[in-house]
Amino acid sequence: MREAAQVLVDAVSVGGLYALTALGIGMIFGVMRLVNFAHADLITFAGYAIVVFFAQSTMLAVVAAALAAIVLALITERVAFRPLRGANPETLLVSSFAVSFFLEKTLIMIVGARPKGVDFLPGLARQVDVAGVRLQLLHLMTIAMSLALLGGTTWLLRATRLGLEMRAAAENFRMAEALGVRANRVIAAAFAISGLLAGAVACMIVAQTGLVQPRMGLQLVVIAFVGTVIGGLGSLPGAAIGGFFVGLGSILAQALLPEALRPFREAFVFIAVALVLIVRPLGLFPSRSLRQRI
Amino acid sequence: MSSAGGAVLRVEDLTVRYDSVTAVKEATFEVCAGEIVAIIGPNGAGKSSLLSAIAAIALRARGRIEICGRSIDDVPRSDIVRLGAALVPEGRQIFTSLSVIENLKLGATIRRDMEIASDLEAVFAEFPVLAERRRQMAGLLSGGEQQMLAIARALMSRPRLLMLDEPSLGLAPMALARVYDKLAAIRSRGVAILVAEQNAARAFAVADRVLIMSHGRFSLSGRPDEIKAHRDFDGAYFGVAMSGARWSG
Repeated sequence: MREAAQVLVDAVSVGGLYALTALGIGMIFGVMRLVNFAHADLITFAGYAIVVFFAQSTMLAVVAAALAAIVLALITERVAFRPLRGANPETLLVSSFAVSFFLEKTLIMIVGARPKGVDFLPGLARQVDVAGVRLQLLHLMTIAMSLALLGGTTWLLRATRLGLEMRAAAENFRMAEALGVRANRVIAAAFAISGLLAGAVACMIVAQTGLVQPRMGLQLVVIAFVGTVIGGLGSLPGAAIGGFFVGLGSILAQALLPEALRPFREAFVFIAVALVLIVRPLGLFPSRSLRQRI
Repeated sequence: MSSAGGAVLRVEDLTVRYDSVTAVKEATFEVCAGEIVAIIGPNGAGKSSLLSAIAAIALRARGRIEICGRSIDDVPRSDIVRLGAALVPEGRQIFTSLSVIENLKLGATIRRDMEIASDLEAVFAEFPVLAERRRQMAGLLSGGEQQMLAIARALMSRPRLLMLDEPSLGLAPMALARVYDKLAAIRSRGVAILVAEQNAARAFAVADRVLIMSHGRFSLSGRPDEIKAHRDFDGAYFGVAMSGARWSG
């Protein structure tokens, strides 16, 4: 029972990180139809920002991580993706791979390929006692932060003028423009938000693993992307929920599968994904704008 | 008739091309404050291309378009509405995943004044159907209600020119009558209205001037009664596409 609660909290915290990552990817896909694999590098660069600043102050490192990811997101938008706006999704996808490789190799050139150890947020490594169950404070913090960011993003999208413009642009960009919505504003906002989410994810990942390396974002993004597909590409709640369940599923598979099968846990997660897509090819929460196109 | 001073929209020698197809050829006309101008023609005559060019949605090959005296050369799509021209596009293009009130708020995207809330209430007073369903997803509205929403959304920008592309498409006769009643009411407030239609009967009944379009050109223009009396009218309108045209008295 106790162990079950511990595994569950662990799984929920990992699910939260995947949900935030999937939301960041879904945000860009919504307004641009771009599957941005360079989201991985936003997380990675934020991780290295932590390496640079964590010795001086934790607060500074957190702010630096967020700023690094936001600024990098805006630069990639301006330099790489803006000239391709309106290009077909395949072109956009390939260009996001190119941007991702470029950033990763540049980083390796500067800092090398070897992982760096970071003792970030060591205070969160201790256990706390909740109703008789010993839980990792870090896991609880991760869950709290994920909820806060999901809530904040929801608020922004639902209750602000910018959010309304973003939702309109996600459904019908051309009509939104005809009503006066400025493409540069909503797309830059989407990139900034996805950068902020990537920065937050980086903080929690670095605190959990104590390591930073040039490919740290990649696996996270690939799996989170699967989450956005399950949730239904183009649907933000779908992305968050899909990402959450993929993360949750992968940790539960790790805990529940027989020892010999654990190295293959991702295969089991992907089988589940394939089953979902066989039953619901457009994902669990298909977006209306995509359904119309098909 | 129109006077040059009151022209809200002025189009001169406009030619619109898509790849090798020329959709609009050397169109010249204007629309003045407080008048309804109807462009009538069969499917494929170039009506939509003409409106798309004015809304900066289509690529424009040649010619001159002025909205409220300002040329739209180099004006991005999102700034056309800032010049004073609002579009009710073909197929309505309302945001189906957003609520009715959110659609209307998007109509006021360009505004930063304090009267948006009171304008919303005015719209709800004028379109009671929308008031009842203000929190509902717009995709759940009927076709006629969606058309009303598209018109109301355009009005939220306080336009001086309202452009409608095929507002009658897919509407039942009752809903259609309501749409055209609204247009007449909007005209009486001094808004210039440009409407492209296949359904000639409605447009003839309410328009101040009619332009008959076929194969990308205006073949006839004038007051509705003048056009109906013109001996070339049947040829100009029906001569092009027998099956595409709908003429119901």
